[in-house]
Amino acid sequence: MASDDLWILGIHMTKFGKHTDLDVIDLASEAAMGALADGGVTMADMGVLAAGCLMQANAPIGQMLQKQIGQTGIPVYNVSNACATGATALRVAAMAVKAGEADFGLAVGVEKLAGAGLLAGGSRKDDAPTWTPKGRYGAVAPVDGRIGTEIMPGVFAQIGMEYGHRYGGTSFELFARISEKNHAHSTLNPLAAYQKRFTLEEIMGDLMIAYPNTRPMCSANTDGAAAVVVTSGAKLRTLSLEQQRRAVKVSASILTSDPWTESCQVLPDVNTLTRNAATAAYEASGVSPADLDLVELHDCFATAELVHYDNLMLCPDGGAVDFFESGAPFRDGRLPVNVSGGLQSKGHPIAATGIANIWEVATHLRGEAGDRQIEGAKVGLAHVIGLGSACGVHILEKAAV
Amino acid sequence: MTATIPLVDYLVLGDQPHLEAHECEACGARFFDRRNACAHCSGTTFRPAAIPTEGEVRAFTIVAFAAPGIDVPYVAAVVDCAGTSVRANLINVAPDPEHVHLGMKVRLATYPVGADSDGTEAIGFGFEPIS
Repeated sequence: MASDDLWILGIHMTKFGKHTDLDVIDLASEAAMGALADGGVTMADMGVLAAGCLMQANAPIGQMLQKQIGQTGIPVYNVSNACATGATALRVAAMAVKAGEADFGLAVGVEKLAGAGLLAGGSRKDDAPTWTPKGRYGAVAPVDGRIGTEIMPGVFAQIGMEYGHRYGGTSFELFARISEKNHAHSTLNPLAAYQKRFTLEEIMGDLMIAYPNTRPMCSANTDGAAAVVVTSGAKLRTLSLEQQRRAVKVSASILTSDPWTESCQVLPDVNTLTRNAATAAYEASGVSPADLDLVELHDCFATAELVHYDNLMLCPDGGAVDFFESGAPFRDGRLPVNVSGGLQSKGHPIAATGIANIWEVATHLRGEAGDRQIEGAKVGLAHVIGLGSACGVHILEKAAV
Repeated sequence: MTATIPLVDYLVLGDQPHLEAHECEACGARFFDRRNACAHCSGTTFRPAAIPTEGEVRAFTIVAFAAPGIDVPYVAAVVDCAGTSVRANLINVAPDPEHVHLGMKVRLATYPVGADSDGTEAIGFGFEPIS
């Protein structure tokens, strides 16, 4: 291993779901202590801590965690980057290690979200008694529902429909079948919030949220946390053979924001920044999409998964529908996608998601995924999108030891 | 005659209602909110640009679940008006997948949002099918 390589030494995720009696500190502590134990290290070894909790983005979540599991005086970075918060925390720890400022870095993402409803557009202010232009659009009244929609299921529905308009081949049923796949995958993941298999009819007949996304086609609001310990190749060489064997190489760690495109301020463009991140990640790692054994991508809605097959270049341009129809992204297919069950069934505790997807890939690369193990997995990719927008792409490789 | 006010300042009322964007003088990028600089090229000078009132539906969703006070279902869409993307609801069409299609041709239409306590009527906009 090269000295300046970046490695995951330990990683952990909690069960996602409803943890009535646990608060964010309990969940973050469980994840962090789990990652430290998994890596065979302690808080005393950590040189940097990065932490995120989107719903408590004003809180010093990292310091609150330290006060539960170890106040060692190291620098703490509390980060917030929408649904990419966890990946951003990892990037911060990784940058500190790469810069030589720390031998070990700990990144933690945690969220309490069980029972939350719509995260955007869940309420609308009453109209004022008199019409007075306000804000950057000079609006005299709230515009959600009057000029398009602010709700995420509706925004991502349009993103999937836009792909269909551009390339054809999409339908309500196609999007529902993507959801059917992920719910089927979830039955093998004991950490998923929901492990229920749905029939296509059940998915299409469930409560419509924003056509074509019905309720089971939307990510599940859940509680959960995930944490990861990273270190350098130089440091890893000094550790035990067992630690070296279980370490997972971070061959690429990329974060992008959305560059300007014609319509990006009308409907978020989640495509360009994902494609940019994937391109940079493939280039940095020397890995090509054909080398991947599994992918965890940000299926916040069934309509989103489709576009990311294309954005991550798992298929030729415009070929996402054919890619799905070929059976490739099923767990017994050529390139399994979201074998964890994805956010629709595993759950989406926002700040935890960008580390939990890496946990899933790492667990397969280590050969420790139990009943859902993708046999012989050596290379995987984890993708996350935070609307606004931020995209994290990590390419991970099994240790050669 | 009742006093009127547009729902947003980029809706121009009058005989031929239309939307008006801030167009970057340097690169031509168009924006509907007030600007400090261009997000594409960082240019700082803009001119008004009238947006064509006809276009085609590039993306839509039929929102069935929304905040209290918002009538559902309604159709939220992105309309491609000759190269400029516009966010709007589709109106004067049944909000179901049998009547709303990707690629359907639509035109700008206005409607009364309601009157305030002074009797001023706010006018909103949407796009309706070109039959």
